Amino acid sequence: MLDAVLPSHSVEQSGDGGVIKLAILAVGGQGGGVLADWIVDVAERNGYLAQSTSVAGVAQRTGATIYYIEMCPELDSGAGRLPVFALSPSQGDVDILIAAELMEAGRAIMRGFVTPEKTTLIASSHRIAAVSEKIEPGDGRASSAKVRETAELASKRFIAFDMEKIAVENGSMISASLLGALAGSGALPFPRESYEQTIGAGGRGVKASLAAFGGGFDGARGNAPHAARPARSADAGGQGETHLTPSSATAVDSVVPESGSTPHVGGPRKLLAGWQELTDRVDELPPAVRDMALLGLRKVVDFQDARYGLEYLGRLDRAVAVDAPEQGYALSIAAAKHLANALCYDDMIRVADLKTRSTRGARVRREVGVKDDAIVQTTEYFHPRVEEFCGSLPAALGRYIENRPRLAAFIDRRINRGRRIRTDSFSGFAALWCIGGMRRWRRALLRHKVEQAHLDRWYDLALATMPQDYALAVEILNTRRLIKGYSDTHVRAQSKFDRVLSALPMLKGRPDAADWLRRLRDAALKDEKGDMLDGALKTVATLES
Amino acid sequence: MAERSFAKEVEKLRLGDGEEFAGEGILAITKALLQCGVGYVGGYQGAPISHLMDVLADAQDILGELGVHFEASASEATATAMLAASVHYPIRGAATFKSTVGTNVASDALANLASGGVTGGALLIVGEDYGEGSSIMQERSHAFAMKSQVWLLDPRPNLPSIVKAVEDGFELSEASNTPVMMEVRIRCCHVHGKFIAKDNRRPAMTVADALEQPRRDTGRIVLPPASFLHEKEKISKRWPAAVDFIKSRRINEFFGRDHGAVGIVLQGGMYNAVIRALQRLGLADAYGETDIPLYVLNAVYPLIDDEFLGFCEGKDAVLVVEEGQPNYIEQAFASMLHKAGRGTRLVGKEHLPMAGEYTGQVMLDGLSSFLRAEAPMLLSAEIRAPNKTTHGEEIPDISRVVPGRPPGFCIGCPERPIFAATKLVEQELGKHHIASDIGCHLFSIMPPFELGATTMGYGLGPASASAFNSPDAKRRSISFVGDGGFWHNGLTSSIGNAVFNKNDGVIVIVDNFYSAATGGQDILSSRAGNKTKSTKHPISKAVEGMGVKWLRHIDRTYDVGKMQDTLREALTTDEKGPKVIVASSECMLNKQRREKPLVDQAIKGGTRVVKPKFGVDEDICTGDHACMRLSGCPSLSVKSLDDPLRDDPVAHIDQNCVGCGNCGEVADAAILCPSFYRADVVHNPGRWDRFLEGVRSSLIGFLQRRRENRRLTFADA
Repeated sequence: MLDAVLPSHSVEQSGDGGVIKLAILAVGGQGGGVLADWIVDVAERNGYLAQSTSVAGVAQRTGATIYYIEMCPELDSGAGRLPVFALSPSQGDVDILIAAELMEAGRAIMRGFVTPEKTTLIASSHRIAAVSEKIEPGDGRASSAKVRETAELASKRFIAFDMEKIAVENGSMISASLLGALAGSGALPFPRESYEQTIGAGGRGVKASLAAFGGGFDGARGNAPHAARPARSADAGGQGETHLTPSSATAVDSVVPESGSTPHVGGPRKLLAGWQELTDRVDELPPAVRDMALLGLRKVVDFQDARYGLEYLGRLDRAVAVDAPEQGYALSIAAAKHLANALCYDDMIRVADLKTRSTRGARVRREVGVKDDAIVQTTEYFHPRVEEFCGSLPAALGRYIENRPRLAAFIDRRINRGRRIRTDSFSGFAALWCIGGMRRWRRALLRHKVEQAHLDRWYDLALATMPQDYALAVEILNTRRLIKGYSDTHVRAQSKFDRVLSALPMLKGRPDAADWLRRLRDAALKDEKGDMLDGALKTVATLES
Repeated sequence: MAERSFAKEVEKLRLGDGEEFAGEGILAITKALLQCGVGYVGGYQGAPISHLMDVLADAQDILGELGVHFEASASEATATAMLAASVHYPIRGAATFKSTVGTNVASDALANLASGGVTGGALLIVGEDYGEGSSIMQERSHAFAMKSQVWLLDPRPNLPSIVKAVEDGFELSEASNTPVMMEVRIRCCHVHGKFIAKDNRRPAMTVADALEQPRRDTGRIVLPPASFLHEKEKISKRWPAAVDFIKSRRINEFFGRDHGAVGIVLQGGMYNAVIRALQRLGLADAYGETDIPLYVLNAVYPLIDDEFLGFCEGKDAVLVVEEGQPNYIEQAFASMLHKAGRGTRLVGKEHLPMAGEYTGQVMLDGLSSFLRAEAPMLLSAEIRAPNKTTHGEEIPDISRVVPGRPPGFCIGCPERPIFAATKLVEQELGKHHIASDIGCHLFSIMPPFELGATTMGYGLGPASASAFNSPDAKRRSISFVGDGGFWHNGLTSSIGNAVFNKNDGVIVIVDNFYSAATGGQDILSSRAGNKTKSTKHPISKAVEGMGVKWLRHIDRTYDVGKMQDTLREALTTDEKGPKVIVASSECMLNKQRREKPLVDQAIKGGTRVVKPKFGVDEDICTGDHACMRLSGCPSLSVKSLDDPLRDDPVAHIDQNCVGCGNCGEVADAAILCPSFYRADVVHNPGRWDRFLEGVRSSLIGFLQRRRENRRLTFADA
């Protein structure tokens, strides 16, 4: 209604006497209250009058919360008159907005608390995913880039970097690094020392808080490494083995991020020679395909053995042979990616193998954040059912049981229960190590046969579609993304995969068939049961051919 | 132990005459009570009043020194009934709770108290929970004041004003023999400010004195014929006395110029927002000096006819700023003007919205609309006819990008596994009618659980499912009630009712050892020792005493499998009557607050401590997020992998994980996936730990080397 009343309009006469208005938007549990108290303390230390308000209570639990502070210099000291401060922020009338998380900055913009005329927006660029973002079977995360772009436009000044990281690295809370960023921004007319005195007066965790404060201060001044991507610490390879870097990996294509481009490969000389042969074959592939093919190759060899890598390349060659260079080898790249994923299905052997590797212990310690001489005891959660049991039997025996429901139910009753295995104990570790060792017989097991058949049906379908509709063939390959999870989740994923591909007869021949298949896949990734997918399938059924 | 400790702040309650008090609104109210010589205080927690209760609980030593009795009442009805001590005795008493939920519960006692009237000052301090941050239905306390005829104060939201209102409230109550209600809005309760203190006063008569010299007066008891006389006395004596007091003591305030063509009447609580809007319109300065006449109602009930009519004298139009609906004040003023035959135009909800909070923008829009219509010459040209300004680039709408972030269960919350189990049972047995209650457990209605169809009030979860009791149905209802609601009134309203009416439904009592949603106050079944309260009374015993035959007690809610089995049994057993499951585990927020400092200290001190934490093997996680659909834990989130072969982000557990166990239990119970692991970190391991670790790692290392020497290994770059 009053969109044109400019908040900044002539501060001298509009009469709030130069009140500085500062709002903090945070996620419950981030310590927004501590930050608000600190800011009030800093203001009072500098002879300002300040008032803070908040909304405490159940609404705070993990949800979006807001703290609000107004302050102004004591103009009329001794006259007994106090300025009138507002108790909540107004749209278009906030000087400094601190967002303790990026989407909260977005929320502040949405609520009108950030305006290009006056607002300094200080935001931590890290993300805390909301529940709605986490529960999608696909990637439900909101676009950080969009919020950042908007923040640049919406604010007078936008200061953003990962303040959570600074806090964690210094063993403190984000409230400290946010205070540092506020101080560093210079948006308040107070010297750095007064902020530090405030933190010091708190008395608890002062050293860590001051360090995080310093990090935030430097960040806001532009002196800090801006939200560098977390560098992966390279795990040391095997003991005393030869390492070599495949030559192709140096030819990094811009399509693929650098990761995986310099794999350190270790192992006995004979195997390394075999690996060299495999990578030589990758080098013969069209340049556009090489990076993905190398990553895929690593994955399948790691999953099984060099011969499996050979099989992988053999299958990939079928796509490359018929692929069209003018299409940028999109089909082959998709094949290189999804063939690898399909070949490396998630069976018990793979899980046991991954959980018993030497690199895993170090990773657990790193993830859990264990330093010094603490000992880590690791418990794994397994819940095998008769399906997994049959899958890890020789194909004929597995099928024999599966075809006899009463027998299968009998076995299920005996094995279907949760099992907790301590992989730091020798017996627990050895049990998993033995299961991981079944790798060498994997090709004879029922699960392998089932997976291979499924893979061939899908891959043949894609290649058979290619001559009529190249884009559709690529999308058929991409549908593989839907296959994931274990047990029931895996069954549900398979069903979605089948349902998506069931639309092919309706789509074939349409110029936009590939688009529709992609839309169906996206819909399938939206919810657990595939309700969105069913809706999308209904739409497809009504399309005019 | 409450979520927040005021042990340090309460020392400010000892401040004496002339000293400056700096702190939160609620603390100032407590100080004001002591300055007024209050004899007893009671109340029930609930935002924004929780902290007032916490302050009082932490201030018990000071209260004791002054001979002031304090009670953490069982409910708002109890707290209000407690004010009966002021009926016959000249003792000042105060009761405090969240409104309007608390006022609803209290209204029986309130009506009886108001009927007979009081001798000593009786003050109800209600936290008006309206607008942003509120967790309840939006209603006004105003209606309660009108229907029971108790006076309602709505002071300006600054510390000196609310402290004065407490003082005025007691005197008004005594002068008019009527209980007085004082409403403070949520932000006012938490406002940080200053006022000049006075000495605390011992009550002239303590409750001990009263007990020693009992008094009675049949005329003050609510039973005919006295009650008929009370009704008349309210009008003939108490009302005029209140009006006289409010007028003579100038409880309501006038600001701005004496005369002007327009004026604004406002609730005291709206004052700061009105001034800010006037400042933004260029009509007020930093101190609230303004050219617009303002009539500030620090007492919003009763209204003072001649004060108002006097204010309207010579004015063309008057705006009433009254938050919420119905617009009782505006209606009353309109009636006064009409009956007095005045021509002043009264406007209010034409310019301001009928419903909802009066935020800064709403107030600015409303006042500006009023002034444009009634007194455009007061506005500067640029505000009256602004040039459309464009800021270059349009700011894109990101409302579809930014995800909503409603409140939810905390990290490690013991209630999460209860709802994970319920969701799993529903996957087996189908959907059920689920009745929810008030408390943290109401978060079950949100994603990812989306369980629960209604919430009807505190302790009323099972009661709200009582209609769903039919021999024709094959399915049972499920209802939830928290331990807070259970002791508040659920024991009788819900459990007793279910037993008596042979309800066949399933009742889950969520016991987290505290009234957790309101800030972790102790209740009857709290397991911690409490110096001044009697705790450790098990819920299961109370339920048994009510006559429940089918009762299961789960003492570790994180055991999702057991929770699931118990629920399934309750839903399928042939046994008739209510099936009650008491699911107990301590509120993690409180547990961490209690234990974390001790654990950290122990680790620093070199003691052997085992600390659990969960993790995810990212190469085993397939990125389906099924685990998150059974959790929603803030600590369990998604993370992108640096791997072009993988499209979807995988699960990741951050450093805030407290190792509650839900992830592992859910992965097991729902047969999800083997990617979770629990890492028990043994800090300061002993000699035996080290020895065992040494032996194990050499054996394990042998096996690992054996395998890795015979295969290709790829180290992540």
